Amino acid sequence: MASTTSKSYYWKGFRDGTPFIFVAIPFGTLFGVFATETGLTIIQTMAFTATVFAGAAQFAALQLLQDNTPTVIILASALAVNLRMAMYSASLTPYLGSAPLWQRAFAAYLIVDQSYACSIVRFEKEPLMTTPQRMAYFLGSVTPITPLWILATFLGAVLGTKIPESWALDFALPITFLAMIGPMLRTMPHVVTALVAITVSLLTVAVPYNLGLLIAGCVGMMAGAQAELWTLKKEATS
Amino acid sequence: MNSVDTVTMWVIIVGLALGSYGLRFVFIGLVGDRAMPPWVLRHLRYTAVAILPALIAPLVVWPTATEGQPDVSRMAAATVALVVGLITKNVLAAIFTGAGTLYGLLYLLG
Repeated sequence: MASTTSKSYYWKGFRDGTPFIFVAIPFGTLFGVFATETGLTIIQTMAFTATVFAGAAQFAALQLLQDNTPTVIILASALAVNLRMAMYSASLTPYLGSAPLWQRAFAAYLIVDQSYACSIVRFEKEPLMTTPQRMAYFLGSVTPITPLWILATFLGAVLGTKIPESWALDFALPITFLAMIGPMLRTMPHVVTALVAITVSLLTVAVPYNLGLLIAGCVGMMAGAQAELWTLKKEATS
Repeated sequence: MNSVDTVTMWVIIVGLALGSYGLRFVFIGLVGDRAMPPWVLRHLRYTAVAILPALIAPLVVWPTATEGQPDVSRMAAATVALVVGLITKNVLAAIFTGAGTLYGLLYLLG
């Protein structure tokens, strides 16, 4: 009966992932609009959104493109934004690592903030789940958002050019990212990371090729890691 | 509307597609069940929370639309979006209040 229980886990994942459509739809639309504003064709926009499949990195790349940043720096910066996917991949490995390679290769494409967040909570809560059940749950959790994300991007790209300048869409990206940052600031090291990164990015704004972003990102990460070590030490001694 | 060089755009799309997939695949596909050094994980934990604010901060202080002049409406909108996100942990609530603040102030201040 393994397939039956896998099926029920698929639907469990589906249910847990459904609320995220309220993030995927507006965010996807916004990306479509922003991509069109930047000058991408609909084919480029759709290829981008379907293959990269990571909103934050896609937005980051477009923003840098508008600032006439060299291609290498755009790639490095957008991939840096996506480094967290590597962390998600690492964190899911103990749970899904024993699945067949083709399943893992497929699952890798579907690692996004939402599927990771749902799955890791469920896997930790139910340690007795089998690997097929976990895989089914993971797949279920991204099923609602993937098609809607792609469809919303398409609608945004079609509507994009019709949006007047007075709507101040230049600021849609900063607001969206800031809104995402708030909930990320869960612990003191996270706050330290953000503050250090902001300070360094403002100080290095004159550095050519937008390299300031990478410098600020690296310094921020190191500050976060050090703050975490410091917190651990303090907990150990008190 | 700006125009983007077609070749550049495709290089970016393909590069990011391969790179992003590589980042997602590297551990789940290649590492398997082997453990990673704690210091690597410790830095990876803070990548998103470092890169995103670093990307945004200059745009908030020196917005493109005002040709780099600091702008009260945009600063206020940024502050509201961040604070609402921080308090409610709700991304959409933060986006809508931030956008509301921006439009409200742009309308009031002209």
